[in-house]
Amino acid sequence: MKAFQYVRSTTAKSAIEALAKDPSAMFLAGGTNLVDLMKRGVTEPDKLIDISRLPYTKIEKESSGVRIGAMALNSQVADDKLIQEKWPLLSLALNAGASAQLRNKATVGGNMLQRTRCGYFYDTEMDCNKRQPGSGCGAKEGYNRMHAIFGTSEHCIAVHPSDMCIALAALDATVIVQGPKGERKIPFADFHRLPGDHPEKDNTLEKGELITAVTLPDSPYAKNVHYLKVRDRTSYAFALVSVAAALELDGKTIKSARLAMGGVAHKPWRLLEAEKALVGQTVSEATFQKAAEVAMTGAKGYEYNSFKLKLAPNSIVEALKIAAGLTA
Amino acid sequence: MKNKDEKIGGRMSRVDAVLKVTGGATYFAEYEVPNLTYGVLVPSTITRGRIKNIDTKKAESAPGVLVVLTHVNAPKVPAYEAKEPSKTSSGRGPGMMAFHNDEIHFNGQPIAMVVADTFERATYAASLVKAEYQEQKHQTDLKANLAKGNVPKTNKSLQDYQRGEKDAYKTAPVNLEEEYVLPSEVHNPMELHGILAQWDGPDKLTVYAKTQGVKMTQQVIAETFKLPKENVQVHSQFVGGAFGMSLRVWPHEIATILAAKKVNRPVKLVITRNEMFTIAGYRPHTHQKIGIGATKDGKIVGISHWANVQNSNYEEFTEATVAMTKFMYQIPNVNTTYRVVPLDICSPIPMRGPGEATGAFALESAIDELSYALDVDPIELRIMNYPEKDPERDLPWSSNYVREAYKMGADKIGWSNRSNQPKAKMEDGMWVGYGMATGTFGAHRRPATARACLNANGTLLVQSAASDIGPGTGTAMVQIAADVMGIPANRIKFELGESNLPDAPIQGGSATVASVGSAVHEACIELRQKLVELSGNALKNAKVDTLVYEDGKINSPKDRSASITYAEVLKRNNLPKLEVTKESKLSEDQQKKFAMYSFSVHFVKVHVHPTTGVVKVKHAVALADAGTIVNHKTASSQMMGGAVGGIGMALTEEAVIDHRFGRYVNNNFADYHVPVNADVPEVDVLFVDKKDPYTTPMGSKGLGEIAIIGMAPAIANAVYNATGKRIRELPITPDKLI
Repeated sequence: MKAFQYVRSTTAKSAIEALAKDPSAMFLAGGTNLVDLMKRGVTEPDKLIDISRLPYTKIEKESSGVRIGAMALNSQVADDKLIQEKWPLLSLALNAGASAQLRNKATVGGNMLQRTRCGYFYDTEMDCNKRQPGSGCGAKEGYNRMHAIFGTSEHCIAVHPSDMCIALAALDATVIVQGPKGERKIPFADFHRLPGDHPEKDNTLEKGELITAVTLPDSPYAKNVHYLKVRDRTSYAFALVSVAAALELDGKTIKSARLAMGGVAHKPWRLLEAEKALVGQTVSEATFQKAAEVAMTGAKGYEYNSFKLKLAPNSIVEALKIAAGLTA
Repeated sequence: MKNKDEKIGGRMSRVDAVLKVTGGATYFAEYEVPNLTYGVLVPSTITRGRIKNIDTKKAESAPGVLVVLTHVNAPKVPAYEAKEPSKTSSGRGPGMMAFHNDEIHFNGQPIAMVVADTFERATYAASLVKAEYQEQKHQTDLKANLAKGNVPKTNKSLQDYQRGEKDAYKTAPVNLEEEYVLPSEVHNPMELHGILAQWDGPDKLTVYAKTQGVKMTQQVIAETFKLPKENVQVHSQFVGGAFGMSLRVWPHEIATILAAKKVNRPVKLVITRNEMFTIAGYRPHTHQKIGIGATKDGKIVGISHWANVQNSNYEEFTEATVAMTKFMYQIPNVNTTYRVVPLDICSPIPMRGPGEATGAFALESAIDELSYALDVDPIELRIMNYPEKDPERDLPWSSNYVREAYKMGADKIGWSNRSNQPKAKMEDGMWVGYGMATGTFGAHRRPATARACLNANGTLLVQSAASDIGPGTGTAMVQIAADVMGIPANRIKFELGESNLPDAPIQGGSATVASVGSAVHEACIELRQKLVELSGNALKNAKVDTLVYEDGKINSPKDRSASITYAEVLKRNNLPKLEVTKESKLSEDQQKKFAMYSFSVHFVKVHVHPTTGVVKVKHAVALADAGTIVNHKTASSQMMGGAVGGIGMALTEEAVIDHRFGRYVNNNFADYHVPVNADVPEVDVLFVDKKDPYTTPMGSKGLGEIAIIGMAPAIANAVYNATGKRIRELPITPDKLI
């Protein structure tokens, strides 16, 4: 690991100023991903600005929704009574991620900024446009079992690894950021980006910006929700495919629906068309099959991940069935 | 003795349990000697070729760096200079000569070691070493190189074998021929590998090692550096798991000893988790084919078994992949073929159940497939083809209770709930399947020596240079001594893991209790006899064979007043202590008379999700026919650990190489999936627990290997029973079942 400076900020203002002064400085929150990246030489900041003591740890009810501080721990949010009662999908997704130890350390803001777990990104001897723009993509012709089937570009087929973000995407979250130019709000759908020509950019944060909170609007999805994560082992494994499903039901009729997938794209993959296909329909496996079919439009497999073309729709149906209470 | 848990067959808790859970057990990496320095390796980034140039200047001028050791500046190694084969000590030497020349045999091969005053500084400086290579075309893909397999030269037992007619399965009324593929798996014990080396003089060396044999490590190092054996002291009292990966001295250990010579200070090397995959061995990727044929009423008439095994390009590795096929069932016509395929990768090394675990996946899957083809219960099929004696060598079994184990396991798992038709049952929206498989491993016993020393106060010290990589060796030895001597366990100490102790074999092949335990048993018997001889008049009227040894005393049941404590015997004879050193081994005659094997049977119940393909092991029963169980508590733990390893083999573990580069792409704990708690169901462990009359004085047979052998095929068989899908390439991940 390259030697680095460590400074601690206790206000957003001083943290943002410190970052602005130093082009290679980075914020350090829980450190559960950044420290690994530094150990592997993937990320080599000269300075770490520790923001873990910033006062953004609260989960507060707002007039219409909830505000979750960016420094709230993953386990804290997952266990929060209000979240469990009104936004249970978020709690389910959080608990499907990482391990208990990591969830006790990782923050909400940090979780959103996780880098991909693509093996070619992590190995500094391999080509990776995300790590080293212009070097090529090792995964495209390589071992791409974990990789994307939606929204890829010729430069990158990596996937976004977070579970929490899949639920946030489904629940129409908004990201609150502070920057040198003040505060701005980013709709969750616009926060992460597709690789395109710039796979080195995971998100739309600008230099010097700091996530201070995530807000969720009031939600009718307190009951019929499920987060299904299909993975190679039962815990502490990234998703092959994950599905966040939420249904607003009126008897057997679907009033509204929210669907997002993980493990399939460079960003949380919201399934707007599939949601539309569900609205007004009667709850049934056939309805869910149809939505899953719509959801798969434009999917494309690679040598080792073509199974996702089948696993993804199967998982959508299964998640919806569980959300709707159709399974045993 | 009042406490029956301290007798052979008891459930005594580990003698070192408190040390282990309080941090009192010191592992090699925890030793802090004066003037200690830290080594970090620099890996090759190419897979085959030569080092053209290696630039160490930046690293050398980095803070705290003492030396950057490479093939250019490494001190000479006497054995390498003498051009002696580097595979000293029956293949337990390093195999490849560290920093000896510019050749690159595999990706990740160490090309330099940075030594610095702190680990962090050494790590940073290692990132500054840059090499230029002359690259050659490499081959790491087993599948693409199957045709290049060689007949093994180093292992006669793996040359082509034939009994009866060749490929007789082809003409059998019911037959099948299938391929079974096991990926490469990595041992990944919790404790990382490494060594601490310190030269105490120009020809004297002390090492703290992670080894499965201090005597083996001592011998290899002494031979490599041409030192008298006694000048090499090896300490390895505690080992944090090994599963076979520490059965040899690896090149990076020799490199560390060289570095210590170069800087004239002790050097500690602890390799990284990534390097645990690249430079410290693995279970080899193996392609197998089985042809099996039977009569319509289920009598197996022929079996053929081919195995092609991943190897390195610089030495030959073999394991008994096709062995079980020769004797597990009564089959008149058998032929086996074993080929080693040299590839540009580090050598494999035995991993728990070496060979047999791989072979059992093929054989026990094929038997299961045959049972469906015949529409007969797979247990019935096995019993129908049970061999009354070893059909390979035509010898009686020393003991074989595998049929009893089938019955016990079937009862425990609820085998009667199983349908002989696949995809017949659902439970909670999941397909339900039951499967079972058999495992076996040679009941090995090697020569071993133990010293038993009775002190004046009646306490007993027992010593042997054994290892304890986790099974609880010290505990079993104390129990055996306590049982024979009738001394309470808390007054007995067993010392192991030091090269100056009496000879013990490596801890491999499930032979430690059989070998060292027998030596302890015999030493204690002899010590007892000596005490009787020295007891003088006290016991003169008692017959020796009626004496009872209990509570630190010799008792004569017929004449209670004549009992005498061991301490009193020593006192009367003015002896400060009484010592016996005993070498023990199984007579060759005995070995020729009997076929000695341990057996295991694994039963599992699985749930398989019909649309996501997720497999969940719901219940497992692990049974062992391992003779008398010396300690039921530690033996159960071994069986449970083996079952967990088997779940990894079956469902999650696979080390993946990108063959374009010859580099691993998942050599870390996030991407290489060892099972976690949530993957492990309730595991019931059952023992046949019947004495083997011929193997050891305790009646025990080995246990460590059979604990895993057969678990993976049991799961694969259960998955087939659940889904009707036969997965012949492990691991059984969800993508293979949707």
